[in-house]
Amino acid sequence: MTEQNRLADRESVIQVEKMNKWFGDFHVLTDIQLDVKQGERIVICGPSGSGKSTLIRCLNRLEEHQEGHITVNGIELGDNVKNIEVIRKDVCMVFQHFNLFPHLSVLDNLTLAPMFVLKQPKREAEATAMKFLERVKIAEQANKYPGQLSGGQQQRVAIARSLCMNPKVMLFDEPTSALDPEMIKEVLDVMIELAEEGMTMLCVTHEMGFAKQVADRVIFMDAGQIVEENEPNEFFNNPQNDRTKLFLSQILGH
Amino acid sequence: MTEATNRARPLTGPVLNRSLRWMKENLFSTPLNTIITLFCIYVIWSLLDVLVSWAVINASFGAAKEACETATGACWAYVHDMWRFLLFGTFPADQHWRPLVAMIMLTSGMLLSMNRRFWSPWLAVAWIAGFVAVYFILAGGIFGLSVVRTAQWGGLTLTLVLAVVGIAFAAPLALMLALGRRSDMPLIKVVCIVIIEVFRGVPLISVLFMASVMFPLFLPEGVSIDVLLRAQIGIIFFQAAYLAEVFRGGMQAIPKGQYEAADSLGLNYWLKTFKIILPQALRLVIPPTMSTFISLFKDTSLVVIIGLFDLLAATRAAVNDPMWRQQFIEAYLFIALIYFCFCFFMSRYSAYLDNDLKKSTSH
Repeated sequence: MTEQNRLADRESVIQVEKMNKWFGDFHVLTDIQLDVKQGERIVICGPSGSGKSTLIRCLNRLEEHQEGHITVNGIELGDNVKNIEVIRKDVCMVFQHFNLFPHLSVLDNLTLAPMFVLKQPKREAEATAMKFLERVKIAEQANKYPGQLSGGQQQRVAIARSLCMNPKVMLFDEPTSALDPEMIKEVLDVMIELAEEGMTMLCVTHEMGFAKQVADRVIFMDAGQIVEENEPNEFFNNPQNDRTKLFLSQILGH
Repeated sequence: MTEATNRARPLTGPVLNRSLRWMKENLFSTPLNTIITLFCIYVIWSLLDVLVSWAVINASFGAAKEACETATGACWAYVHDMWRFLLFGTFPADQHWRPLVAMIMLTSGMLLSMNRRFWSPWLAVAWIAGFVAVYFILAGGIFGLSVVRTAQWGGLTLTLVLAVVGIAFAAPLALMLALGRRSDMPLIKVVCIVIIEVFRGVPLISVLFMASVMFPLFLPEGVSIDVLLRAQIGIIFFQAAYLAEVFRGGMQAIPKGQYEAADSLGLNYWLKTFKIILPQALRLVIPPTMSTFISLFKDTSLVVIIGLFDLLAATRAAVNDPMWRQQFIEAYLFIALIYFCFCFFMSRYSAYLDNDLKKSTSH
């Protein structure tokens, strides 16, 4: 319960109210209600097709929502392009398939957005980039190209690339799902370190060990709805909903 | 190399040794292969024999036409006599240094632009300045240069001007059309689609014909635009329409994740397009882009139908000269060789660039 207290007086960074989204006729997200406090670590899980990726992709407008409101730092996320640009500076995403820019070196991948979006001078952007590359323990690869790195290294570069924007919130969309098993740990270690430093994180993942270790809250989604949410201890040991129980028995059973 | 040295015989050097073994393994490995190889050698030899004896052994190289009457092979006196006309067309003879300088400027400009070290916005500025200089060198009217009307420009000079200016302006225009066609703004999108489809849907000949015959009808009385300029604009739009689709194809091949990564880092449309999407897309389409450039280079020969005197037209006029009626083979071979040199060079450059860019971003 100390965890809850830690966040009790924090401000909300993201507020989602009664958000609905359709893909054509398919109702992919139904009445999503979510409040993310500053410094909060949320893990979102659920069966595939339950809308968890779509939910976090709505939070920086990679997907549009059709009903309801999303507010980030008090700014309404809607059709207003200026608002979208402002919000994207603060909300960065790490993708399942890394999505590094293959034509740019690792260092250029990291400095591009800070130089052109945040208008940092080149020297400063490079210094920041090297700092974060050190932090994800990959500084010696700065001048290589993404195609020359392993999956785990690429994902760590992608995390460093987001960190260079000095974001307030980081979204992780199944960051370890495309990795070979032996590389998952190196990426999770970086994410755990980030969590411990107080980064606000929303993470779609199936790594339940990660959820237990760092999450303040675990959200379970099914069929486009948030079915259950609780702090990890309660969530794993005492699930309330039948669908949660079924899901947990399936992924923890073996 | 190690293989070759391992099995090297004392009497032969490694290079000879290796090529002998290569031949043994690839050309004479089975009786059937040996027969096929020998047959091919025979065919190649007979063709070469005919060509060489016509073009070299039995040919006359003298400058005088009379020598040709005794020679049974090619008469290169023709090329000797006509090369100035083929290169410069009807440009005034005492001013031939001007088209020569223009051609040197255009080709050296192309050669310099091929070097990736020079790729910067300044290159575009340098090209514009270069085009202005080339124009005044050819057209005259300043610094005491006599005025030469564009109708007198001709030969290889005109071909090069049409091709280089065509490439330099078709590429950026194509980029705009391709981006416009992918735009979310309905008006821009429709305008771009119409331009692309209209110019792709008609033959270049009719574009040139419309540019020369129909276009002036729409101009107010007393206003006239130079026929060369009209042809040049026709060529630019025609090739830009093709190139736009090539570029668009390249952009469509870029995975959605690249757009999303750029979006999630807060890059706006222009940064995303010019820093992330285009550098990757253009790399993918180097071979078809170069193919379009090569066809542009050769298609400039169609300007003959609106009375412009490019390399091919100059040749046609030259062979119609009653004095040289017999020598059309030499003439066409000579210009075929010129066209081939330029086009083959472009094609090799495309292969080199493709390779070089790939090498720099992977193992």
